[in-house]
Amino acid sequence: MFRRLPEIETATAAQAVSFTIDGRPASARAGDSVTAALLANGVTACRTTAVSGAARGPYCMMGVCYDCLVTIDGTGNRQGCQVRVAPGMAVETQNGKREVER
Amino acid sequence: MSTPNPRFDFDIAVVGSGPAGLAAAALAASKGASVVLLDEQAEPGGQIYRAVTETPVRDRKVLGPDYWHGAELLGPLRDSGAVHWPGTIVWSVARPREDAGDGHRPIQIGLSRNGLAAMLTVRHVILATGALERPFPIPGWTLPGVLGAGAAQVLLKTSGLVPSGATVMAGSGPLLWLLAWQYLQAGARIDAILDTTPKENWRAALPLLPGFLRSPYWAKGMKLMLEVRRKLTVIGNVTALRAEGAIGGDSALKSVVYTRNGTEHRLPADTLLLHHGVIPNLNLANATGCAQRWDEQQRCWRPTTDDWGATSVEGVSLAGDGAGIGGARAAEEAGRLAALDALHRLGRIGREQRDQLATPFRAALDRALTGRAFLDTLYTPAEAFRAPADDTIVCRCEEITAGAVREAVRLGCSGPNQAKSFLRCGMGPCQGRLCGPTVTEVIAAERGVSPAEVGYYRLRPPVKPITLAELAALPKTDADIDAVFKH
Amino acid sequence: MTATASSKPASFCPDVIVIGGGLHGCSAALHLSMRGVRVLVLEKDHVARHASGVNAGGVRQLGRHVAEVPLSVASMALWHRIRDLVDDDCGFESHGQIKVAESEAELATSHARVAELNALGFTHEEVVGQDELRSLVPAIADHCVGALVSRGDGAAIPFRTTFAFRRKAMALGARFQEGGAVTRLSRQGGLWTVETADGARFEAPVVVNAAGAWADRIAAQVGEPVPLEVIAPMLMITARVAPFIKPVVGATGRTLSFKQFPNGTVLIGGGLLGRAVRDENRTELDFSQVSVNARTVWDLFPCMRGATIVRSWAGIEARMPDQIPVIGPSGTEPDLYHSFGFSAHGFQLGPIVGRITADLIAGGSTDLPIAPFSIGRFAA
Repeated sequence: MFRRLPEIETATAAQAVSFTIDGRPASARAGDSVTAALLANGVTACRTTAVSGAARGPYCMMGVCYDCLVTIDGTGNRQGCQVRVAPGMAVETQNGKREVER
Repeated sequence: MSTPNPRFDFDIAVVGSGPAGLAAAALAASKGASVVLLDEQAEPGGQIYRAVTETPVRDRKVLGPDYWHGAELLGPLRDSGAVHWPGTIVWSVARPREDAGDGHRPIQIGLSRNGLAAMLTVRHVILATGALERPFPIPGWTLPGVLGAGAAQVLLKTSGLVPSGATVMAGSGPLLWLLAWQYLQAGARIDAILDTTPKENWRAALPLLPGFLRSPYWAKGMKLMLEVRRKLTVIGNVTALRAEGAIGGDSALKSVVYTRNGTEHRLPADTLLLHHGVIPNLNLANATGCAQRWDEQQRCWRPTTDDWGATSVEGVSLAGDGAGIGGARAAEEAGRLAALDALHRLGRIGREQRDQLATPFRAALDRALTGRAFLDTLYTPAEAFRAPADDTIVCRCEEITAGAVREAVRLGCSGPNQAKSFLRCGMGPCQGRLCGPTVTEVIAAERGVSPAEVGYYRLRPPVKPITLAELAALPKTDADIDAVFKH
Repeated sequence: MTATASSKPASFCPDVIVIGGGLHGCSAALHLSMRGVRVLVLEKDHVARHASGVNAGGVRQLGRHVAEVPLSVASMALWHRIRDLVDDDCGFESHGQIKVAESEAELATSHARVAELNALGFTHEEVVGQDELRSLVPAIADHCVGALVSRGDGAAIPFRTTFAFRRKAMALGARFQEGGAVTRLSRQGGLWTVETADGARFEAPVVVNAAGAWADRIAAQVGEPVPLEVIAPMLMITARVAPFIKPVVGATGRTLSFKQFPNGTVLIGGGLLGRAVRDENRTELDFSQVSVNARTVWDLFPCMRGATIVRSWAGIEARMPDQIPVIGPSGTEPDLYHSFGFSAHGFQLGPIVGRITADLIAGGSTDLPIAPFSIGRFAA
């Protein structure tokens, strides 16, 4: 669970980015990574693993753990912590093995 | 292979824009070499100075003066003439055996920018790939809600996010105390800090204390730690930890169980931040063929370098934490030394000039490294956290437990590469970054030999996953290559 | 380096020393042990360290040189009962191997191939048209017109397979010594003396040369040099994707081996070459060739274009000029047998060639036609 520091919360309103999480509307701050945006919106688990189906969330925030994998605008296996959230972006939690052609 | 291409795109490529990379690129370019600085992030700073150009946390008291020093490295880079390519993933560095027909053996860098891959040809590479947090495998560490302390620090720096709900921090090492202190400044709530520093480490570290007292850090560090201890609940001598999800489910963290003096205690937790120091991020160096050695004091693997950062691969140097943990200020100076050596090896400056220019940087490096031995010794994690219990997942990507690794050893796998082939540990996308150290230590403990004897994963490019499309479209003609670089 | 737990050789008098702990060495060790022969395997690194542990795992009869076909067919029968042989299924799955034809001309060569095999009495390969190809491999690109198919073929996991052969051999009494390369081989008074780089010395009446990419050195020691070329075939593998293909796929007109494992990862290879530095146990990848491989997949499996490659590698392998192995007795010395030079397609032959070697040693002959593989074909 993460929250935005109050002074940044007010500043964020002016730089808000609208996107969707599994189809639901959400809002983040320009400059947030997709993973930070998910956490700011209360989403702690971003995928289930291809091996056992266990739930996973981000671990390292620096692009080395590959646990933050999500589907972004239809493309799977994207590291959410390495991609900046953009207006209109469609983020989907990734369940199990990535589908071929996604 | 196709006709050797004698062109060089740049004299020097620097990989990584943390303190070592920023300082190296700035110095080399300012002395007239053509330099390209490559980094995967959109903005410079690496991890230690992450988001220093754009953090929303503008109140300097929160992140502290050491962080803001990073901003001072940006001006010299901008003024130096070095080309900066952010958003660039380096997935291969190699020096093929054939020369380019003119006696020079170019170094080829496989990289991706904007979804397109290409091979860059340079004469020298300085790897400044930095560090990552030491894996901290405990039962339940893969539950959503468990993150590295460094990860939480990135969330603070890049997005002004702090933990809400019940929050526990656990582990040992300077970053843990720094983050706790930053949270205090920011007004974030931490329910407890579980200090796993082993009691016996104090005894071992004591003789090294005089050295530490001479370091620039001890007073700052002391002040910071005392404030944290005064204002937060710190529980010491924690010898075991596990993270638990909801009963019967595993979709998120619910509590943390710790052992102290033989007794278990349970704390509710929505977020658990783990930290046991940082270790070199050596995948690229390893895949490039750089020899590495086990450092018993830092209890980690590090590429072998001379005191200019030169590795066992000609034309490839390493600077900063990627060569061995020394911290941000040491990284800067090491970057400058590597740049001077590269300039010398390329014939731009003579040996004497190199040595003379290096003098102040070497002095600053020595000062920055004072007291390191004390910290390394004090904060070595206990064996139970380096070679954990059987039911602990050690390879997160493939979900392989420590017990499975021990069983593989008993069946005849004597090293990590055999264990990898047998179990798949290390075969996931992280390429062993989060399991390599643990697998080595588990095998070493099971066999009763040192990690040095056991060895480490043999890594290969691509060191970061790359799409089939990018590989298929790898440009072959000069015009194609230019098209990628001109983006 | 580490030696495996085994008694000191002085107290174990082997009947046969096998040089090389790859699949062919372990298979020879197993088949000999099954006959009560005492075997010592000398492996310079660790079992399955090289080609045997890192190849594509293709278990195929499809497309083999006609000289290999009888051996391959016999080996396939062993693969289908591999658990009986080594107490492990080795990850073997059989959904057929397919070689797609991208043009009518390529399809014509496939027909010619089937005719050639039929004339020799072999019926395991057949030609299928576009419709059947599409039903076998729905993901194949539209332009493919048909394919050569061997339905009984499949794939297994190389390291696990080699390891299983070793474990079963050890259970039956074979010993393995790892970490010392064989430096000298000499024969006196009916006994071979084998010396290794770590100073050890072993003796046995019979030696098997299964030394892979280093086998030419053993052969040279006994006066029969061979023109062995050291090659580094490259492979790459993707992150796991949802299951979409069962057979193993190759292509008629270009280099490809393409398969999906049960765990969802997709392995891409076929034999494009990097560079090997055999004395350093090192290979270098050639990304211009990896790119060619990727381009082939791009063309034949459009759904894979966005797949993420998480790892690539190359093994150290031996290739003979005629692309078929060296199997059978030495031409210069008694009681020395060769089993090397499998030219990047020896994995499927592992089970049978070990049996052939054991038959030759224990019984003096083999029922399979090994004349084309004689080392004598390289004699000056």
